[in-house]
Amino acid sequence: MRPRRISADLKVFGRNYLRNGVGLFFSLIFPVILIGLFGLIFSSGGTTTVTLYTQNYDHASNVSVELLAALNATGAVHVQLVDPSQNLSSWLGENGHPVGLVIPSGLAAAYLAHRPFAVTLYTNPTDQASSGIAAAAVNGVLTQFNLNASHGSVILFATPANVGSPLFTEIDYLVPGLIGFSILTSPMFAMVDISSTYRKEGLFRQLSLTPLTKGEWLTSKILWYILLTVISAGLMIGVGVLYFGAHLTLSVDMLPFLVLGPFFFVSLGMLAGSVARTPESAAVIGNIITFPMMFLSGTFFPVSMFPPGLQAFARILPLYYVIDGLNQVMLFHNLTAAAIDLAIILAASVVVFILAIVAFKWRES
Amino acid sequence: MADAVEVHGLTKTYGTLTAVGGIDFTVPEGKVFAFLGPNGAGKTTTVEILEGLRRRTGGDVRVLGLDPWEDGRELHAKVGVIPQEFRFFEKIHPVEAIEYYAALFGTRVDAHALLRRVELEDKARARFETLSGGQKQKLGLALSLANDPTICFLDEPTTGLDPQARRAIWQVIRDLRSEGRTVFLTTHYLEEAQILADQVAIIDHGRIIARGTPDEIIAQHGRPPRLRVQASPGMAPYLREALGVTATVAHNYVEIPLPTKHEALRILGALEASGVPWEGFATVTDTLEDVFVQLVGHMDDGVLKSEVAR
Ligand SMILES: Nc1ncnc2c1ncn2[C@@H]1O[C@H](COP(=O)(O)OP(=O)(O)OP(=O)(O)O)[C@@H](O)[C@H]1O
Ligand SMILES: [Mg+2]
Repeated sequence: MRPRRISADLKVFGRNYLRNGVGLFFSLIFPVILIGLFGLIFSSGGTTTVTLYTQNYDHASNVSVELLAALNATGAVHVQLVDPSQNLSSWLGENGHPVGLVIPSGLAAAYLAHRPFAVTLYTNPTDQASSGIAAAAVNGVLTQFNLNASHGSVILFATPANVGSPLFTEIDYLVPGLIGFSILTSPMFAMVDISSTYRKEGLFRQLSLTPLTKGEWLTSKILWYILLTVISAGLMIGVGVLYFGAHLTLSVDMLPFLVLGPFFFVSLGMLAGSVARTPESAAVIGNIITFPMMFLSGTFFPVSMFPPGLQAFARILPLYYVIDGLNQVMLFHNLTAAAIDLAIILAASVVVFILAIVAFKWRES
Repeated sequence: MADAVEVHGLTKTYGTLTAVGGIDFTVPEGKVFAFLGPNGAGKTTTVEILEGLRRRTGGDVRVLGLDPWEDGRELHAKVGVIPQEFRFFEKIHPVEAIEYYAALFGTRVDAHALLRRVELEDKARARFETLSGGQKQKLGLALSLANDPTICFLDEPTTGLDPQARRAIWQVIRDLRSEGRTVFLTTHYLEEAQILADQVAIIDHGRIIARGTPDEIIAQHGRPPRLRVQASPGMAPYLREALGVTATVAHNYVEIPLPTKHEALRILGALEASGVPWEGFATVTDTLEDVFVQLVGHMDDGVLKSEVAR
């Protein structure tokens, strides 16, 4: 392996790729369009009004009723009363609701006596959007009440609290899923195509006359797709977070997946293209490998939503470990689980890389 | 002088088809060797075996002392190749292609000078896909020189080139030779082989049917020199009668063998005495092309022979 030759090949391949446009569209633009489409579908269900799940232990008082009416009147939140026998924090967590409010008994008495009194506002830190809206509405209404009663001195205030467990919405799963989708599709389709067109046009034979080795050549393709993957993941995360308010953590822990993913699928695409005898059969083999993975690895929906049989099937798909790893890193912060996923992909990548190099031939006898 | 290429009993079969049926030849170092033959004769097959791109079925092959198939990587550092149909990455410019090759081989190359040498300077920044067939071929030649090769294999480097471009390539080949490199050339242009080649081999149906310098081949397989006279066909029987020679009629010429130049006087005298009108005359000798067409035509009992006869 000579870095000089790898970088020379990378430069030529990259130029040829960039000047082609089509590849670039599928690698960078298309996944972002997908995020946009799915993001719109998932977010169109809810309006901008945040449902504020509320327990009112001071329901007998006029003040608490006026307070809730004022919250509804903001238009930002919609108050939904919850059975006071529940523990609101865990109830919110279990039901996947990001914000809640508890009004303890004694609110009216304290308010009329100008005594400081706290309500509790539960928010989910991973849902910045809903939490922010709810907090703004609650604090705004409380301030207004305080002004009315005492010209500004603080009587009612909200103490913040977190809901029982973090919550994730479809868009949160979608971003890692679609990063996985593009890690799979863009190298797979490209390499299957390259393996047959280079063979047909005699480009492999041409390269066999140079000191470039098969390993160097494949490495340069891998590096190129790692580069594309990192850029496209950045774009997808950007659109997901900024535009659709996905709750993702950006950390360097993502990088191993963005490196090993393309490593695996570039090698697999080359292997699939090389075992085929004709360009047509290469395309068929490529599709047989790609399509099940495209839908069943947690790309568009979390695998946990699948029936158990399909979940078991998903676990034999290499892409599952890429997407699960990304979820572990970006959503659940479970680095141990991510490390296991990583180890599986690494082992698979090394095996497939070696098989690909053995299977593909510069020159035919 | 040592031989750059040694071929002994080389065979190559594709299934039941024997493309190369046991051939022997050597290419001396520093010479231009032209490999001639009709379509499908086995030229590309042979060249590709020598380049290490194809595996031979039988026989022994050495290029610069190496087995091309087994020692391909070592050999390729010293070899320049233009394949018969040269292809490259579609969106890459000739300058970039040359720089790519130079980086792969770890050589220093002035890309523009190289393009000037093959007369492709004006397309230095054009995408490969936009180059004409001949321009692609020129880039192939430029790339084959990027590693400063000891031996160049050029498979039909001038096919499809206009006459001026062809002459530019000829000059490159002459320069390669004067720089001490060996050139292995296949071509359909016999004139080209005659002008450039030190050694020629003619292959047909996978067998070598003639070998040597162009002059040797002509001397061995060609007809003797002839006196060609523009005259009506009636001249031929008269000359046969008068001189006892085998005068033949071709088109509106009569040809008389001319073993020595002194014969010419005797023949001219007979022409004058004949009373048959005649005009210009010239002495003609066979070219490599004549010999080629004759040899290959004899081998083929089909189309070519009947074309020769016409
Ligand atoms: N890969 C192959 N598989 C089967 N037959 C082949 C293959 N390559 C060449 N042949 C056959 O071998 C014979 C010699 O082909 P080759 O390409 O060596 O001819 P050539 O002398 O280079 O002809 P041309 O002047 O047309 O380039 C032909 O009959 C051809 O059909
Ligand atoms: Mg040929």
